[in-house]
Amino acid sequence: MIRVALPFHLRTLAGVDAEIQLEVGGAVTLCSLLDVLEARYPMLRGTIRDHVTQQRRPLIRFFACGEDLSHVPPDTPLPRAISQGDQTFLIVGAIAGG
Amino acid sequence: MVGTRKGAFILTADGKRKKWKVGGPYFMGWEIYHMKGSPADPDRVYASQTSGWFGQIIQRSNDGGKTWEQPGTGPGESITTPEGMPKGESNKFVYDVTAPNGKPLTTHQWYDGSQHPWEFKRVWHLEPSLTDADTAYAGVEDAALFRTTDGGKTWHELAGLRGHGTGPKWQPGAGGMCLHTILIDPANQERLYTAISAAGVFRSDDAGKTWKPINRGLRSQYIPDPEAEIGHCVHRIAMHPERPDVLFMQKHWDVMRSDDAGESWQEISGNLPTDFGFVIEVHAHEPDTIYVVPIKSDYEHYVAEAKLRVYRSRTGGNEWEALTRGLPQQDCYVNVLRDAMAVDSLDECGVYFGTTGGQVYVSADAGDNWMPIVRDLPSVVSVEVQTLP
Repeated sequence: MIRVALPFHLRTLAGVDAEIQLEVGGAVTLCSLLDVLEARYPMLRGTIRDHVTQQRRPLIRFFACGEDLSHVPPDTPLPRAISQGDQTFLIVGAIAGG
Repeated sequence: MVGTRKGAFILTADGKRKKWKVGGPYFMGWEIYHMKGSPADPDRVYASQTSGWFGQIIQRSNDGGKTWEQPGTGPGESITTPEGMPKGESNKFVYDVTAPNGKPLTTHQWYDGSQHPWEFKRVWHLEPSLTDADTAYAGVEDAALFRTTDGGKTWHELAGLRGHGTGPKWQPGAGGMCLHTILIDPANQERLYTAISAAGVFRSDDAGKTWKPINRGLRSQYIPDPEAEIGHCVHRIAMHPERPDVLFMQKHWDVMRSDDAGESWQEISGNLPTDFGFVIEVHAHEPDTIYVVPIKSDYEHYVAEAKLRVYRSRTGGNEWEALTRGLPQQDCYVNVLRDAMAVDSLDECGVYFGTTGGQVYVSADAGDNWMPIVRDLPSVVSVEVQTLP
């Protein structure tokens, strides 16, 4: 199981707690993880990635294992500690005031 | 129904409009640009929930705002059809760039006069159909008009507006390039009006398929040709349902009136202390009684002379009186945004507006006397009224 933490507003949209667990089959990449997340919680489609381009929204960040993965290619395998569920994959709203 | 920078609130009262109950916040922490109930079914309410971080969400209520749902994306639903096609979703606004629907447009004018790609940002205004609760229009930034006919599950652009020919000359105002006003002619529902900052007013006579600009008579000093067909920063237009060919406009500067469905416009600023402003509204029962809130200037977005004054004309413009009773008359520096004024349809017309300071005021006597319903909400973006039996 992969552990994912969502920012507050997306938790309220999806009706979930601070951390959710997802089963991702095959290679665990940023893209496959987000595909599974959106399939389970379709109300999140468009809130993390653009509906059409599938690009990360500008004020969304991805952190894992102390690293910023916001700019890695979507098909990059995620760290083993994430795919094994030892650490949590963090989806974060950028600090931008408001 | 009050949309604010940090959530929505529903304020309720009986016909006396003295004692109010404040419901909410709904969608706390999100910007609620607009909420509006369906004239065909008052229990059906649409809301635009938006965020610079997380994008656009359309919310729908089927019980007058008590509970809400995203109509196109229920929890646990598959995101594809049995055939494997992606399902349309309620928060998906994709510009139509197909050739059959007009000229595919990819750029509009940017602030510096260069061309800039069209990019969807948010829904500014939701206008439910007068007769069908499942049909509603959405005015969006970057400016375009969308329509749903399935209760908000899917939205499709009425591309004839963006594609009619002047689109590359549209430019954003300070708030972005937004389609912020949608009016439906109750006598002829094929006739629609939209207003865009900063492009102008447009009319369709075939239910949104084709459009033309209707800006003759507007004059704007901030564009190279002050009387150009396109480029006017129209802030708001309003009509009285019993006299739909008469339109009133609050432009960036100037208050205007058209008596011929927008074919020509005349200035009616008259004795206003300043004719800059955002809101304009019409009395529910008197088609020539109109309301504006003058704002000091385009660079100073707060009320003139630090006094919160609604101005009323009972003559369809030019002659205005200040309405001040119950409103702060010193040290006031709030703004009233374009969608933040509304009227009810009770016998004694009620007038409502919200401020960027978080106050919502009501007058239960057509503007003569005002009282705050609530003083300390987040900055108010929109105010709509439902008059229920």
